[in-house]
Amino acid sequence: MSYYQRDMECASRETMRKIQTERLAGTVAHAYKNVPYYRALMDKKGVRPEDIKSPDDLGKLPFLSKDDLREAYPYGLLAVPLSEAVRIQSTSGTTGKRVVAFYTQRDIDLWDECCARAIVAAGGGKDDVVHVSYGYGLFTGGPGLNGGSHKVGSLTLPMSSGNTERQIQFMCDLGSTILCCTPSYAAYLAESIISQGLSDKIRLKAGIFGAEAWSEEMRRDIEARLSIKAYDIYGLTEISGPGVSFECSEQTGMHVNEDHFIAEIIDPATGEALPDGSKGELVFSCITKEAFPLLRYRTRDICVLSRKQCSCGRTLVKMSKPMGRSDDMLIIRGVNVFPSQIEAVLMHAGFPSNYQIIIDRVNYTDTFEVQAEMTPEMFSDTVKHVSARENELLAAMRSMLGISPKVTLVAPRSIARSEGKAVRIVDRRKI
Amino acid sequence: MVIEQLSVFVENKLGHLSDIAEILGGAGIDMRALSIADTAEFGVLRLIVSDTRRARELLAEAGCVVSVTRVLAVSLEDRPGSLAKILRALSDAGVSVEYVYAFITQKQGNAYVVLRVEDNARASEILEKSGACAGGEGDIFPL
Ligand SMILES: [Zn+2]
Repeated sequence: MSYYQRDMECASRETMRKIQTERLAGTVAHAYKNVPYYRALMDKKGVRPEDIKSPDDLGKLPFLSKDDLREAYPYGLLAVPLSEAVRIQSTSGTTGKRVVAFYTQRDIDLWDECCARAIVAAGGGKDDVVHVSYGYGLFTGGPGLNGGSHKVGSLTLPMSSGNTERQIQFMCDLGSTILCCTPSYAAYLAESIISQGLSDKIRLKAGIFGAEAWSEEMRRDIEARLSIKAYDIYGLTEISGPGVSFECSEQTGMHVNEDHFIAEIIDPATGEALPDGSKGELVFSCITKEAFPLLRYRTRDICVLSRKQCSCGRTLVKMSKPMGRSDDMLIIRGVNVFPSQIEAVLMHAGFPSNYQIIIDRVNYTDTFEVQAEMTPEMFSDTVKHVSARENELLAAMRSMLGISPKVTLVAPRSIARSEGKAVRIVDRRKI
Repeated sequence: MVIEQLSVFVENKLGHLSDIAEILGGAGIDMRALSIADTAEFGVLRLIVSDTRRARELLAEAGCVVSVTRVLAVSLEDRPGSLAKILRALSDAGVSVEYVYAFITQKQGNAYVVLRVEDNARASEILEKSGACAGGEGDIFPL
């Protein structure tokens, strides 16, 4: 069995507790001293940094959520001077304001190490060619796996997303061995490779697939079609990016990098911490981050944590695949979408707030349609006038969401309502 | 002459068009002319009816998006080349035609076209001067 950082990944429970205790106290003191926004939250709750003596005291700390990130946008949660921050990554926020996260050089190094652990757990090493088809840019997928691959010493192919022909050509010509992308893109690549009769030319042995929900059936299907082993990876921009947790050879959940992030499960309704093995909302406290040290950040992902011994030898706690959300966030083609964002675009463009979002999965790829109700004011006798409104709406959606829905204008009051309450989201995906 | 045209937003959904036809038929409203322009997602149905106001009310009540547009109806001789003459006269004068569709009446020898232009008054004047129309639009309603 290979590990990237065996001492941490296989540390005894006592050692890990000791590390967590020390790092947590340091991070709480750092956040209290340097983030006035969080200091105010702690003061309001009547908790002082010295009250947090061990991970058992986490419950005394206030929660942070996406609302706080919006409130404090853009620099309100930055814990270091600008001169020390070297990177920004970003993801969708709830009502249009994006979430921005900051990194010092050390933050990036540690994030890269987390991703390196995932690559090594998937069988990667210095001789591998790591093909990164996650998007690069503000999205954390590309930069995270790219950095991890460098740490491992693999040859890194920074493909980014799109241009499937070129992806496959490079895969064949350069002999990519580990593919990193969303599971739906992996399935799409597999289909293209098979239909072009190029399976023999592919040298992939593993895939690291994350950023969207996928089923065990989908995993087996991708594995069979590409002749690889497929591993899940989890992360979120607010906490760092991919590599907050990663799957090992056992493929029964993702090991949380506990020396950097302490995981808790809470009851989403009451905020009360639940024991290991309970299903509830996943909450992370960062304990090594300098620039953006979020404590008790509510992910809204519903999960279960398990400390059952793992055959891979790692002692890091394992989290299940997220089983749902405690808010209304949708993940469509790997992109976070909030219905409130769609509503904001419609209102701004003069459409009524009665809309419907229809999501489906066809050939492993998400389809995404927004139906908006037409009003007499925006109607005219010419097609080009109505099409222009449709195109304006599409452009506004694309710019707000980062992905393009199919926009369909429908007659007023034609969108289905159930018991007087409109059904806003129809998610037909069977995952 | 300038007449009123009813435009109705039509979803590309099975039965939507027949719903509209049934509403008008049920109220005893005659359709004189009809054209439909559509894209992959939706269509615009254009109608010349016997009672525009009533038709508009009924369709709006039924939840349709409706608008009324003033268009030009001209009569022309029912023989080859007469539509071309009209369109040529307009294009020579720099008037662009958004859309055009034809309809016929029981009156022998004459056909009618509906023209959608920016400025109805100016287009009428041009057509009158050109002598391209057959005249006698007064008999469009009642047909
Ligand atoms: Zn394991």
